[in-house]
Amino acid sequence: MALIDFTENGMYCRAGDFYIDPWRPVDRAVITHGHSDHARWGSKAYLCHIHTKPILEIRLGPGQYDTVDWGVPVYMNGVRISLHPAGHIIGSAQVRIEHEGEVWVVSGDYKTENDGISGAFEPVRCHTFISECTFGLPLYKWKPQEDIYDDIRNWIRSNQSAGKTSVLFAYSLGKAQRILRPVADVCPTILTHGAVYNVHTALERAGWDLPAVQRVMPDTPKDLLKGNVVIAPSSAEGSPWMKKFAPYATGICSGWMQVRGNRRRRNADAGFALSDHADWQGLLDAVKATGAERVYATHGFQAAFSRYLTEIGLDGREVKTEFGGEEEEQPTPGVPDLDEETA
Amino acid sequence: MTGQPSHISPGTPATGGFRAFADLVTELGTTTKTNDKLDALVNFFSHADDRDRVWVIAIFSGRRPRRVVNSTLLATWCTELNGLPFWLFEESYHTVGDLAETIALLLPNTAGDEGSGHALHHYIGKLKTLEKESEETRKAFVLDSWREMNEAERFVFNKLITGGFRIGVSQKLMVNALAKTVKVEPSVIAHRIGGNWDPSTIRFDELLSEEATGTDWSKPYPFYLAHAIEDDIEKLGEPAGWQVEWKWDGIRGQIIKRNGELFVWSRGEELMTEKFPEYHSLCDLLPDGLAMDGEIIPSIDGKPLPFALLQTRIGRKNVTKKQLQEAPIAFFAYDLLEYEGIDWRTRPLSERRAQLEKILATYQHPTLLLSPVVAVDSWNELAELRQQSREAGAEGFMIKKKDSPYGVGRKRGDWWKWKIDPLTIDAVMIYAQKGAGRRSNLYTDYTFAVRDGDKLISFTKAYSGLTDKEFAQVDAFVKRNSIEKFGPVRTVKPELVFEIAFEGIAASNRHKSGVALRFPRMLRWRHDKTVDEINTLDDLKKMLEMYGK
Ligand SMILES: [Zn+2]
Ligand SMILES: [Zn+2]
Repeated sequence: MALIDFTENGMYCRAGDFYIDPWRPVDRAVITHGHSDHARWGSKAYLCHIHTKPILEIRLGPGQYDTVDWGVPVYMNGVRISLHPAGHIIGSAQVRIEHEGEVWVVSGDYKTENDGISGAFEPVRCHTFISECTFGLPLYKWKPQEDIYDDIRNWIRSNQSAGKTSVLFAYSLGKAQRILRPVADVCPTILTHGAVYNVHTALERAGWDLPAVQRVMPDTPKDLLKGNVVIAPSSAEGSPWMKKFAPYATGICSGWMQVRGNRRRRNADAGFALSDHADWQGLLDAVKATGAERVYATHGFQAAFSRYLTEIGLDGREVKTEFGGEEEEQPTPGVPDLDEETA
Repeated sequence: MTGQPSHISPGTPATGGFRAFADLVTELGTTTKTNDKLDALVNFFSHADDRDRVWVIAIFSGRRPRRVVNSTLLATWCTELNGLPFWLFEESYHTVGDLAETIALLLPNTAGDEGSGHALHHYIGKLKTLEKESEETRKAFVLDSWREMNEAERFVFNKLITGGFRIGVSQKLMVNALAKTVKVEPSVIAHRIGGNWDPSTIRFDELLSEEATGTDWSKPYPFYLAHAIEDDIEKLGEPAGWQVEWKWDGIRGQIIKRNGELFVWSRGEELMTEKFPEYHSLCDLLPDGLAMDGEIIPSIDGKPLPFALLQTRIGRKNVTKKQLQEAPIAFFAYDLLEYEGIDWRTRPLSERRAQLEKILATYQHPTLLLSPVVAVDSWNELAELRQQSREAGAEGFMIKKKDSPYGVGRKRGDWWKWKIDPLTIDAVMIYAQKGAGRRSNLYTDYTFAVRDGDKLISFTKAYSGLTDKEFAQVDAFVKRNSIEKFGPVRTVKPELVFEIAFEGIAASNRHKSGVALRFPRMLRWRHDKTVDEINTLDDLKKMLEMYGK
């Protein structure tokens, strides 16, 4: 029995009459996490994890946001819904749906390595697993995050000795918070772009204890910038806003930096393949841990990933969705980041 | 192990061997600033193993070891090691866009990051001995090498095997780095590394020291290049200070006669003496110690022929009698670089020109022609004459300062090219493919069609001319409007219209349309045009009739 249909509004649970991460306004939406390709404006009622609510409030404005904690069941029309950590960003959840003995899990976006702030990914047993596959090709295999943090810290130190400001491009929700601790180890003052700053203060208000940051203002003294780190969304890359940091070096934190061509195309001084999505092995491990027989692949290299799953004996299927196109999607040069408006 | 930071801390002592070379390539490939690249090269040339330095000069100037393993075998061995199906390798390759890198990314993890500990010349030496070995031996060598290398080394090693070291280092940059390292003038360095030398026998000092000159008689001078005029031509000042020549559509070349031998070099610094038997009798005629700059171009009765005819001669080992008749090659000389064994490059152009004219009057030969000077009283008049370039078989003018020396590289201000506007045609995009290298995740390679009745006929590909933002928009269109997928190629809804510019057109029976274009590129995206308003196959044929014969 299909618990979820793929409709033009998004993933729909007919038995429970609700959508998961719908891309058009609906009556009831269950939201996996606060990235804007998953949390869209206009639905009447939202259900999300308690940590996601403050994010939805700053991104979507006031509305009806019901919250629930990890593993606590909520029922809609007799369908049992529960949320489980996805390890992607703060508050990111997988959605488990159970009805008449059938269990489906929607992964949302996830990573299997525990980053210390997003919650540890929890494998959930199910019959059918709907998995993202942003990095669903074997060329994507991440180094352990501590090794990447070492690379980032070494890079900052060498910029400091050359008298340069280090500008790190990271997605303003998720990656920007994740790199704060490793950066704080080598840098007395962390400065941020307005988009990063807004998310930061919202999370602090919600009770998160994050390393302190300062917002870059027109009157921020040049002395403060020298040798320090600025964290900005990729939309700031190459914009006039960058001028005041000169001399500076730029570094990009994104899984796409795995490929040399992308590093060159982005014209940055350094690329760090640090991702909030699972790599190839992470995806395979996650799929296997669910015990699911049927796996729908969405949000990435779904054709290749589903074909491979079929070849290793699972029922792999490809689903086209409107996910992607934001946080880890290749930034489109010249097209402004949605967050820039709030900067 | 992958996605290592592209940055290498300045001042870090280079670890020796192949690792140092791999780190150099990584740094050159990602650093955006020319000065950082220069520093990286100087650092390498100052510290690396002597034989490795010579090999780096050789590799970066296009002298790589012969290919001993083909791409398919490399890919197959890689999938044997990682246990993945071959189609998944191909999918990965389509995303990465580079075979060497795909393999480096897909191989099982390395033990550590330290690297192999061997030198660059160790691997190159082995590769050379493999030429005579069985496939089994080659495979064992490749697999063993992969096993002992870190990821950056594997990438560079694969590049060595597959060729194509396009890593963002121009010849000029390398010359400058060497000049800075050994403290010799860049023009001298450029001259020395330009000739015939064998990287497996020559030492670094031998190649670059004073004594080195004279031992290789074939060496051409580095070509001086012109900049395109973008501004108002009037800004050049009085026409009297300038020498104007037609800009020919051939291959830039140098004819050198030294020590009783004749050498013909292309601007790509390729020795082409053997390709053009027309030049051979010049050897007996010309005096020793002579170097002339000019155009290698097919010509009958002093009139230049289209580039397409020259193309029938390039890439052929044996020239037929028919070709010699239909596309006889001439040399349009326009500058004198060396005379009586003396380097004339620092003398003013007017003096070099006068001497060149004297030489050609003395040594007359049917294939050796003087590229004429175009008399010009006013820039206005020249602008009018420029409209007749295609009729003259030229693509515009070269405008050279009369009192200028023959420079090195692309020094601005003395030499200008004033090209005619390209030919253009409006066409619709019908296929798209992902680009390579820095565009490996975007659909940036397109095939275009013109109308023929109610059919669309493909006639050219183009990859360049759009801004990054436009490429991103077309990429999004392709992803939403794919009709079919053939391997990496997507058929797309024929909807986007572009103005395609090109420099020349020739008949071709390899193309469905019957024409082949030269240097096609997207001039602009015609948002204002629909597919019904594009040009027709007849329009193309008319252009072929006018400019391609
Ligand atoms: Zn996300
Ligand atoms: Zn997403």
